[in-house]
Amino acid sequence: MDSTAAGFAFLFMPTTGLDLLVAALRTRGWRVAGAVEAGGAIALRELADGAALARGLQAEQAPGRYRMTRDPLDRYFAWTTGPQAVKPLTFAPSEALWRVSRDAAGRLDFQPIDPLPPQLALIGVRACDLAALALQAAHFKDDPHFARRREALFLVAVQCAHAASTCFCASTGDGPTPQTGFDLTLVELPEGFLVAAGSARGAAVLADLPLAPASAAQHAAAARQAEATRAQQTRRLPAGDLRGGLLAALAHEEWARVAERCLACGNCTAVCPTCFCHAEEDTPDVGGRTSEHVRQWDSCFAEGHGHLHGFNVRPDIRSRYRQWLVHKLATWHDQYGRSGCVGCGRCIAWCPVGIDLTETAARVVAEAGA
Amino acid sequence: MSIPREAIVLDRTQETPGIFTLRLALADRAAQARYRFAPGQFNMLHAFGVGAAPISIMSDPDDHAAIGHTIRIQGRVTTALAALRPGDRLGLRGPFGRGWPMAGLAGRDVLVVTGGLGCAPVVSVIHYLMRRRAAIGRLVIIQGVKHADDLLWRAQYEAWAAVPGTQVLLAASVGGAAWPWHVGPVTDLIDAAQFAPDDALAMMCGPEGMMQAAANRLLQRGVSAPRLFLSMERNMQCAEGRCGHCQLGNWFVCRDGPVFAWPAVAAWLAQRGF
Repeated sequence: MDSTAAGFAFLFMPTTGLDLLVAALRTRGWRVAGAVEAGGAIALRELADGAALARGLQAEQAPGRYRMTRDPLDRYFAWTTGPQAVKPLTFAPSEALWRVSRDAAGRLDFQPIDPLPPQLALIGVRACDLAALALQAAHFKDDPHFARRREALFLVAVQCAHAASTCFCASTGDGPTPQTGFDLTLVELPEGFLVAAGSARGAAVLADLPLAPASAAQHAAAARQAEATRAQQTRRLPAGDLRGGLLAALAHEEWARVAERCLACGNCTAVCPTCFCHAEEDTPDVGGRTSEHVRQWDSCFAEGHGHLHGFNVRPDIRSRYRQWLVHKLATWHDQYGRSGCVGCGRCIAWCPVGIDLTETAARVVAEAGA
Repeated sequence: MSIPREAIVLDRTQETPGIFTLRLALADRAAQARYRFAPGQFNMLHAFGVGAAPISIMSDPDDHAAIGHTIRIQGRVTTALAALRPGDRLGLRGPFGRGWPMAGLAGRDVLVVTGGLGCAPVVSVIHYLMRRRAAIGRLVIIQGVKHADDLLWRAQYEAWAAVPGTQVLLAASVGGAAWPWHVGPVTDLIDAAQFAPDDALAMMCGPEGMMQAAANRLLQRGVSAPRLFLSMERNMQCAEGRCGHCQLGNWFVCRDGPVFAWPAVAAWLAQRGF
C-alpha cells in the first residue's frame, strides 16, 4: 500500500531545517524532546535548551537482546524503538490522582490533583507508538489525567527508514508510515526531510518555516522507503482469524510450554505501549493528616494481579501468560474493536528469555487448527 | 476517574465475629437524597490512608436515607472499615456496575440462589421483591453456608418463609445441633425448589464453583440460559474499567458486570485462570 505518497502533500525541508523546526517549537512554548542514548538504549528525553537532536543513533534488536550501534549514514532517525516512547508521558508510571485531608474532627476533604504536565514536543514518534496511543486514548477515554497529559504533547512523527528484527508493524497494519494522530510527520531522505502537518497546530508551526512543496520524485522516494522498511520485517502475527483461533485454543499445551520459560517478570507489559493495567494505592503522610491516592503501572504477570480475598484467579505463570496474550490479541477486539498489539516488538526484545509472542501465537493457532 | 465523596457511618451492626454491617450516608445531605442505586450494584469504600474495597450495596433501594453494606473482614481495608464507629468518616465512590435484571422479573417465578456471604448482594433484591411481592410469581430463596454458625439474618429468612408464595431453602455443608435444615451442598436444594422452569429467572451469588453447579442444575431443570444471572467477583481497584484487574475474558467485571447472564460468562468460567 503506497500510503506515503497517496496520503500526504509533503513539503521539503533541508537537513538544516530540523534545527529551525526545533527553534520554532520552542518559540511557541514547547519544550522539545528527542532521541538520546540512556542506559544503553534509546530514550525520548527533553533536550537541553539550545541542544540539537542527536544523529547516528541506532539499535540492534533481537529476542532478549538490545544493543546500541551507530548508523553508518549518520541519520537522525535510523533508530527504531527504545523501550518506552509516548506511554509514560500520557499514562504516568506512577501518579497521584487525588488527595484526602482529615481534620481534627475526623472530617474528610477529597480534592483532585492536577498532573501539571509540561508542554512537550516529542520528535521521532513512530507509527506503532501512534497506533498504541490511539488504543490508550480509547481505554483512558474521559480520564482527566490522561487527557491533560495528552493535550500537553506535540507529536512529531517519523516514518521508519529501518526495521529491527523484532518489528512486525506491517502485519498489524500499524506501520511503518504514520497515518494519523500526529501534529507533524517526517520522512528522512538523503537530501533532507519531507514534512506534513496532521493538525492545525502542526500546520501553524510549518507556516513559520521556509518550505517548498516536495517533488514527485521525493514523494516516490518516501514511498519506496516505506516499502523497503516493510519488506525488511521478517516477523508477523498469524494471518486470518487470530482472535477466533486463540479463543478456540485456551487449553492448548503451548501455554504450559511457554510458562516453563516465562519468568513472569512483567518486562513485556512494562514496555508494551498498549498495556494499561495499574494498581491503585493510598500513601498517607507520616503525620496521618493527608493521604494521596496513587495509580501505578501493574502487570498481569504479577502474583497479586488476580488476587481476590482467599484465592488467586491466576495462581500460575501458564494462566498469567495466557491472560496477557489472549487479552492482547483476542479479547482486545471485543473491548476496543481491534487487536491490542501494534507490532512494535518491544516485548520480544526486552523479554529476558527472548519469548516471542508472534511465535507463541503461531504455535497456538497453527496446532489448534491442524 | 472519580473522586470519593465523604460518607458518615450512621450505625454499625456486628452480624457475626467476622461480619459487620455499616449503614452510611453521604455527608452532603442533598447528594444523599439524590443517591440512587440498582440492586446488585456496588460501591468502592475508601478507608482513610489505607485503601479501598468494592462492597455490594445490601440495603433497600427505596431507602434513600442510608446506604447499607455488609462486609466480611478479609484484609487490610475491611479490617480498617471494621474499626469505623457511628459518626466516623470514610470515602465512597459509586454506585458502579450493572445490577440484577429487575425489569425482567414481572410475572415470573424468581429464584435467588446464594452461597456464603453471597447473600449480601441479593439481600437488597429480596427486600425490593418483598415490597413488590404481587408483581412476581413464586419466590424461591436458596441459601447455602459452609457452617451452620455462618447463617446471617436467620430471623429474616424465617420471616421471608412465612410470606405466601415464598419458599426458603437453607443448607449448610456442616450442620449443627440447632440446624433444622438441609446438610449438604446448596445445589441439592434446587431439586426441592418449586417453580415453573420454562418462565423462571434465577439470580445467583457466591463462590464460582457453587454458581456453576447451581447453573448446571437449573439448566437441567429447564431454566433458560439467558434467564440465569450471576454476580461475579474479581480484584477491583478502580471500578471504572480502567485498572484491568477485574477482567474476565473480554469483560471488565466492574463495568460490564458484576451481574452477568450465564451465556456471557459460561465459557470463561469453564476455563481455570480467567
